Amino acid sequence: MREFTIRALTHLRQLEAESIQIIREVAAEFRNPVMLYSIGKNSSVMLHLARKAFYPGTPPFPLLHVATTWEFREMRAFRDRVAAQVGMELIEHVNEEGRATGINPFDHGSARYTDLMKTQALKQALDKYGFDAAFGGARRDEGASRAKERVYSFRDKHHRWDARQQRPELWSLYNGKLNPGESIRVFPLSNWAELDIWQYIHLESIAIVPLYYAAPRPTVVRDGRLIMVDDARFPLAADEVPQERWVRFRTLGCYPLTSAIESRATTLPAIIQEMLLARTGERFGPVVDHGGVGPVEQKAREGYVR
Amino acid sequence: MTLQPALFANDIDRYLKEHESKGLLRFITCGSVDDGKSTLIGRLLHDSRMIREDQLAAVTRDSRLRGSVGGQVDLALLVDGLQAEREQGITIDVAYRFFSTDKRKFIIADTPGHEQYTRNMATGASTASLAVILIDARYGVQLQTRRHSFICDLLGIRHFMIAVNKMDLVDYSEARFQEIVADYRDFADGLNVTDVRFLPISALNGDNVVNPSSDMRWFDGAPLLTQLEQIEILAVQNLHELRFPVQYVNRPNLHFRGYCGTLAAGAVEVGTEIRVEPSGQRSSVARIVTNDGDLNVAYPGQSVTLTLHDEIDISRGDTLVAANSDIEPCTAFTADVVWMHETPLMLGQEYEIKAGTRIVPGRVVRIVYQVDVNTMARSATDTLGLNGIARCQIEVTQPLVLDSYQRSPETGNFIFIDKLSNLTVGAGMVVDALNVGHIVWHDMAVTKRRRAERNRQKPSIIWFTGLSGAGKSTVADALERQLFGMGYNTYLLDGDNVRHGLCRDLGFSDEDRQENIRRIGEVARLMVDAGMVTLVSFISPFRDDRRMIRNLVEDGEFIEVFVNTPLAVCEQRDPKGLYRKARRGEISQFTGISSPYEAPESPEVEIDTSAYDLEETVGRLIAALRRHRII
Repeated sequence: MREFTIRALTHLRQLEAESIQIIREVAAEFRNPVMLYSIGKNSSVMLHLARKAFYPGTPPFPLLHVATTWEFREMRAFRDRVAAQVGMELIEHVNEEGRATGINPFDHGSARYTDLMKTQALKQALDKYGFDAAFGGARRDEGASRAKERVYSFRDKHHRWDARQQRPELWSLYNGKLNPGESIRVFPLSNWAELDIWQYIHLESIAIVPLYYAAPRPTVVRDGRLIMVDDARFPLAADEVPQERWVRFRTLGCYPLTSAIESRATTLPAIIQEMLLARTGERFGPVVDHGGVGPVEQKAREGYVR
Repeated sequence: MTLQPALFANDIDRYLKEHESKGLLRFITCGSVDDGKSTLIGRLLHDSRMIREDQLAAVTRDSRLRGSVGGQVDLALLVDGLQAEREQGITIDVAYRFFSTDKRKFIIADTPGHEQYTRNMATGASTASLAVILIDARYGVQLQTRRHSFICDLLGIRHFMIAVNKMDLVDYSEARFQEIVADYRDFADGLNVTDVRFLPISALNGDNVVNPSSDMRWFDGAPLLTQLEQIEILAVQNLHELRFPVQYVNRPNLHFRGYCGTLAAGAVEVGTEIRVEPSGQRSSVARIVTNDGDLNVAYPGQSVTLTLHDEIDISRGDTLVAANSDIEPCTAFTADVVWMHETPLMLGQEYEIKAGTRIVPGRVVRIVYQVDVNTMARSATDTLGLNGIARCQIEVTQPLVLDSYQRSPETGNFIFIDKLSNLTVGAGMVVDALNVGHIVWHDMAVTKRRRAERNRQKPSIIWFTGLSGAGKSTVADALERQLFGMGYNTYLLDGDNVRHGLCRDLGFSDEDRQENIRRIGEVARLMVDAGMVTLVSFISPFRDDRRMIRNLVEDGEFIEVFVNTPLAVCEQRDPKGLYRKARRGEISQFTGISSPYEAPESPEVEIDTSAYDLEETVGRLIAALRRHRII
């Protein structure tokens, strides 16, 4: 018999192989999975892994974008380009009842707005299409309460997360047994850290929304945060004049709730360099994470997932 | 300094290049809050510059509020989790922490240390290749130290780092340290682990965590983090024992059929001769497909897609092994089981067992012994509660490809899933797969019930009675084919096949007829005991005879089918010419002509083969069997 010398996988290849295993397992065990696609860098990596998992085929599930209508314009353009390129069905869901109320992130506060247009909208979409597994791009390094999240995060038929219902996960054995109406959120990137995500995007030349790169953009300062004026809906105060600044974004969401950082980083290595040198965490950016104690845990209970 | 700020500041491209080739090390930290575990992890994260400014600011603020370490920043607060736990001041689940140095990316499974969290520790240990076990220098080797070591050892961790913490509280005494080392070595002799290292540290002050300690110059070993970066992890995989559990069959178009999976053990090359278990079919590897191009060879841990040279039937749950491998799929094995649910493990209860990509029904048939996690003492039991650990004998209804966990962890592990709640209630590590060669261990009685459960059916006698020519054998034969096709294990006894063998010595006297029916009844009863759905087609004209057989088996196991075809029809059919002979007086005591037929008073089913065709008759019988819960 031939002798083999084992070559240890690099950390990125190991993370990649483990994520692919998770994605395939869900496709094999669930009736109707869907991949939540939020257009951000985690979504880009997750989609890239899904395509690898089923090559030369196309991933056997659709993409779901829970849209608020307040996304950056560049995000929508990027989303449509990617969907056309990968050949997967893209489902866009907007909470139409929410939209009908005229709720917006400026006048109604980020908590209420996010709950209605993201959390409730997601539940609506999952119910509407009867999805029993939804891939999300969340990572365990994103916050203290995330550190204990399972890869298969169990939700009851009301999409609620309950600590006692979460299943122990040993080795790479995931328990996908469900009763009717129950579902799981799946986090194939659980063990990726922010640095891993960036290194992998670099290594694999994964396309990301141009907003991650620095460019001159029209911005105003609100509550000490740099907010980009992305379209004419932005309610400028009488004395407010958008200024062209070199900025980029670390995370992406609704443009009125996502603050920019001043930067000249126009390449991936430059972004990674800035990240390594930076002393503030990526979750500092979006306003959405500053709504009181333990926001992520609260959101998990409500069924929210990025 | 563990990250190189100079490098990533000045030459980010080179930095990225170097970091692309880093390895990954998963380790578990064992110890209670009192041992300074959270402080140690906080220290590792902090000193390896993985703490972000906003986190540090929050912790600094909280430290002042709590004042638990007198003015210093309490690094333990960095790793506290859910709100409720923060309030209780304890950790009750497995938290995963991440940090990177220039050498490695690390994933820490941070688990609580108390006995009631044994299941959490087992979960954390399942993916770890190294354990950092904390001992408080003041108290030395404690009960919990033994427990932590035992669980890590049971889960197959090969490298232990025994961190003797709080050395600052024992005046950095080398003598005290050596005393603890000696104590631990005495105890660790009984474990499988071979690589045990000892470090004197102070997590609070950072001694020997990231940087060497100026207060313990007598210690010549490297600090903890340096050792974590440098330790060579023993590869447990045997590269010759190919195990490829098929996870997903990829058929994007008619021209491509690929088998997706993560290589669990062994290496696979283009051209490798393979065998499919449990079907035993053979082929060879045509391509190893990945999105980054085909590979010539794949190793354990890689997620790939294989295509084969032959079109054979392979589905999820099958395992590809080397064609000449001597592994045999098994339906019985011994395993060490960790129970993880409040509802205890019940002997004989059926659970779903997930091993690799296969889920099969199975049960624990015997608990060989339970282990006290603190003392490692063994005791007899017939139930296993939450956090219990026991060696068990397990049976599954369909074959699994299993290796011993110590030899091949990825193909020697499994979980128990409760069939009702769907929760993961236990986990197991295979000790020994029991093949045909050595089945000497069975000591749980093999009962009718257990056989029936394995056959997944209710054993029964379906007794067809009626006149000669009524159509009993035709209907029974058609019903058997139908049931067999539905997956039931069946056997058909009819007057003729019994007469030619078992009852060859019997004639047609009253006495012999009596003996004939007795024998048929006894054989049918044995068949029921063997777990079969037994069909009997036999004129059996007398009620007393049929009642006798009904009484041989349990209530509900005897289904009397009265084939009530009118005598005139039977006589007209006369397939064997017997009626003609009887009418001519050539056969005496012929049922229906010269001997009475006592019709059943309340048969479970009554059919008339002259009224319905065969298909409809079988359909009615199937419905009746469902009604009587036979199928």
